Amino acid sequence: MTATPDDGAPNAAATDLAQSPFLSRFRPRGPVWLATPALFVLLLVLAYPLGIVLWRSFSDPAIGIDNYVWFFQSAVNRAVLQRTFVVAAWVTLACLICAYPYAYAMTIVGRNMRLALILCVLVPFWLSGVVRTLAWVILLQDSGVINSMLRGIGLPPVKLIRTLPGVVIGMTQVLLPFMILPIYSVMKGIDTRLLPAARSLGAQPWKAFLQIYVPLSLPGVYAGAIIVFILSLGFYITPALLGGPRSILLSSLVQNQVLSLLNWGRGGAMGVVLLVATFLLLAIAAPLMRQKHTASRREV
Amino acid sequence: MPSFSRIVLGLFCLLVAILLLAPTLVVIPMSFNGNKSLAFPPVGFSWQWYANFFSSPDWTTSFSNSLIVALIVAVVATVIGTLAAFGVSRAAARTGGLLRALLITPMVVPGVVLAIGIYAVYLDTHLVGTVTGFVLAHTMLAIPFVLIAVQASLEVFDRRLETAASSLGAGRLTVFRTVTLPLILPGVLSGALFAFITSFDEIIVALFITSPYLKTLPVQIYSSITRDADPTVAAVGTLLFLATSLIIIAGLLLGMRRERT
Amino acid sequence: MHASQPSTGAAIEIRKASKRYGAFTALNDIDLDIRPGEFMTLLGPSGSGKTTTLNLIAGFTDITSGTLEIGGKSVTGLPSHKRNIGVVFQHYALFPHMTVGKNVAYPLALRGIKGDERAKRVRRALDMVKMADFAHRYPSELSGGQQQRVALARALVFDPPLLLMDEPLGALDKKLREWLQLEIKRIHRELGTTFVYVTHDQEEALVLSDRIAVFNGGRIEQIGTGRELYDTPATLFVGRFIGESTVLRGSAEVSGDETAMVIGGQRVFAHGRLADGARPVILLRPERVALKRVGADVVAGENRLTGTIAEAIYLGSGSKYEVRLSDGTTAVARSPLGAADFVIGDTVDVTFLRSDLILLPDDASADVTLT
Repeated sequence: MTATPDDGAPNAAATDLAQSPFLSRFRPRGPVWLATPALFVLLLVLAYPLGIVLWRSFSDPAIGIDNYVWFFQSAVNRAVLQRTFVVAAWVTLACLICAYPYAYAMTIVGRNMRLALILCVLVPFWLSGVVRTLAWVILLQDSGVINSMLRGIGLPPVKLIRTLPGVVIGMTQVLLPFMILPIYSVMKGIDTRLLPAARSLGAQPWKAFLQIYVPLSLPGVYAGAIIVFILSLGFYITPALLGGPRSILLSSLVQNQVLSLLNWGRGGAMGVVLLVATFLLLAIAAPLMRQKHTASRREV
Repeated sequence: MPSFSRIVLGLFCLLVAILLLAPTLVVIPMSFNGNKSLAFPPVGFSWQWYANFFSSPDWTTSFSNSLIVALIVAVVATVIGTLAAFGVSRAAARTGGLLRALLITPMVVPGVVLAIGIYAVYLDTHLVGTVTGFVLAHTMLAIPFVLIAVQASLEVFDRRLETAASSLGAGRLTVFRTVTLPLILPGVLSGALFAFITSFDEIIVALFITSPYLKTLPVQIYSSITRDADPTVAAVGTLLFLATSLIIIAGLLLGMRRERT
Repeated sequence: MHASQPSTGAAIEIRKASKRYGAFTALNDIDLDIRPGEFMTLLGPSGSGKTTTLNLIAGFTDITSGTLEIGGKSVTGLPSHKRNIGVVFQHYALFPHMTVGKNVAYPLALRGIKGDERAKRVRRALDMVKMADFAHRYPSELSGGQQQRVALARALVFDPPLLLMDEPLGALDKKLREWLQLEIKRIHRELGTTFVYVTHDQEEALVLSDRIAVFNGGRIEQIGTGRELYDTPATLFVGRFIGESTVLRGSAEVSGDETAMVIGGQRVFAHGRLADGARPVILLRPERVALKRVGADVVAGENRLTGTIAEAIYLGSGSKYEVRLSDGTTAVARSPLGAADFVIGDTVDVTFLRSDLILLPDDASADVTLT
């Protein structure tokens, strides 16, 4: 058989065909049940634990919404929540500014240069986050690289570690690959012949770039931005090591409630807030990430 | 684009490349520090922190723990994730999409939320500080990576080849063994690598479910950073940096060679 | 699988076979008999049911109702890998991770044929398609035509009594296609295997086939040799699908064994009559039409319609004209070399003999654009 039956002439029927036994009958099937083991693992170590968190947030110590009332009534908590979103927004913006030109450069340079640029992204992408945060600790600490350089040229030291800017800088660097890779993967699919085409129609180079190229690259931008934003919201290690009491983020607060105060209810409630915020964002942003301009893409 | 903007773009990219790579390089000089301090600049030169890494039981056991857990996870998650990838890509479009969305949720659930949930469950089931506990949690976290890698190669796999094999007399399992698997193997292997690294680097869940008897390497690094200024951690960082870079360079070279043939 | 030892082809018997996908009927109650060793082509436009029929025979899909026998045995429920049928696909379907030699050896390995015997048969199959020098190449290093020849060798190497081909030349350019058509014909002659060939290209069907089954809308319109289909089409669809034709429509008057049709005020007579109730149309083959200057002598039994030359195409071996008739119909005429020349705008008489007309029941479904 041919995967698209020539006989499936009507288009409406073609979609039916894709779901009919026709296509699966004679193939070594991969029926849906092959996903059962994976679903089972997810049920066991993802759904069930999250269910427990949810349950405790409404039941520990007493049944009700006390934990949520507590969370939203406390000015400190609200400030942390707000700070978490603000930091995530700054990190996303900083990543975008760094990533967009970089990803674009990756698509226009020669082969060897591209390999070098890819290497610069992949090494931090694959390298353990703890190690990279360790590097930032060494750089930013009071006796760190930056401050000893400042001292060397006779300037007063700057407080970097345990400050919000320090957290933002570190998180930006750690999360940058997550922005570059999706943007690059969309950009390399954009037909570069479109730009000369637009110019031949009379568009100025920058106009052509802004009006033709940028819109085509948006799905990658959206994807990268949402990934970085979501990862930032739940980021734990980097803010915990680089931040201080005045730059604490939601994740550290959750950890603190559960591990130090053994308050599962309140920690759970915060976790649920974080979780709901994440999924709301995803639900809103998911349609943006879909590649709409498939017609203008080409295989690379 | 005019050449002026090319120059600006080039300079900017150079800065970004430096931002990506350079900060991490700072661990290298620190790892040869003569003093027991992470303060900059390092003083003197010494191999003692590398020696310490290879001799101190804290470091060697946590390293071997991480290795064992990550190897098991690589095998288990690759098998489970590959099966799931088949399920997803051969299901009807809507079911497949739903299933895929479900299976990649571990990637977007905030680590700490997941960690406290798993911690709660493990406290009840006595899985805290056990290899089983680590393997379960890390397998769950690694499944999405395997799924994505294998699915990508299934997408470019021409399923009509299976039809052809069947017409030539191959039964379903033979088709899988002789045609499907060899052709999606690169995807499966990269899925396994992803799974290994996911587990090997995982820290948030590990911080919660760790015990004095079972620590993984990231946990050991983390507690070393927070507890003392021991340059051993910089030596470990340097080793991990070198290992990661070598794997990636090897991967890129391999990919280049495949491209050429 | 070589000339000295021809394998016997399998017969195929399909009775009242239907195939439905939900509400969509891909194949509607077809009957088809294919004789052992025959070259049968399933011809029709996209969506006509020809590939579905092939898939039923190959075992790639199950019959919804009806029976299917291959070599006198029912194959219902028998999976494709147990049917021992060679299949050649339009997209070649060579295994990219195996060399040409390994590809051709694959079905032999599955059948437990080892060592020298396997090597010998691979060699012979590749010789047959003139690809023996390429045994160590990978499919990606071959051209489309070469890949299809390897695919043919792979489908024949295990001596199947039946070979199915699904538009095997569809992806190739015209020159190569014509050459491979002759190769396929030669191989068919040498082997004695039954060939079932799917195509939408009527010329290809005419070149290759012993008989052709014309599919339309999930049904078989007619089964016959190329000549039968061209000279005596059973339906308007077949008449239009095979070869070029002009279809004349008008109000018909039947008297005795003759049908007269008024077209744009002029009357055309045809032998024969249709069953009551059927609306007749007249089908006219271009080479049966002679163009004459207005006022030329009338030959006995000749019909004539007046029209204007709308297009004149010089073909080398003659000329082809399109004539706009007074009712708006375009008639196609082919005149041999040496016949009178006309230019666009000339008013001409389109003439044809009553005995050359083909009278058929009208059929709206035949009017879909044919490619």
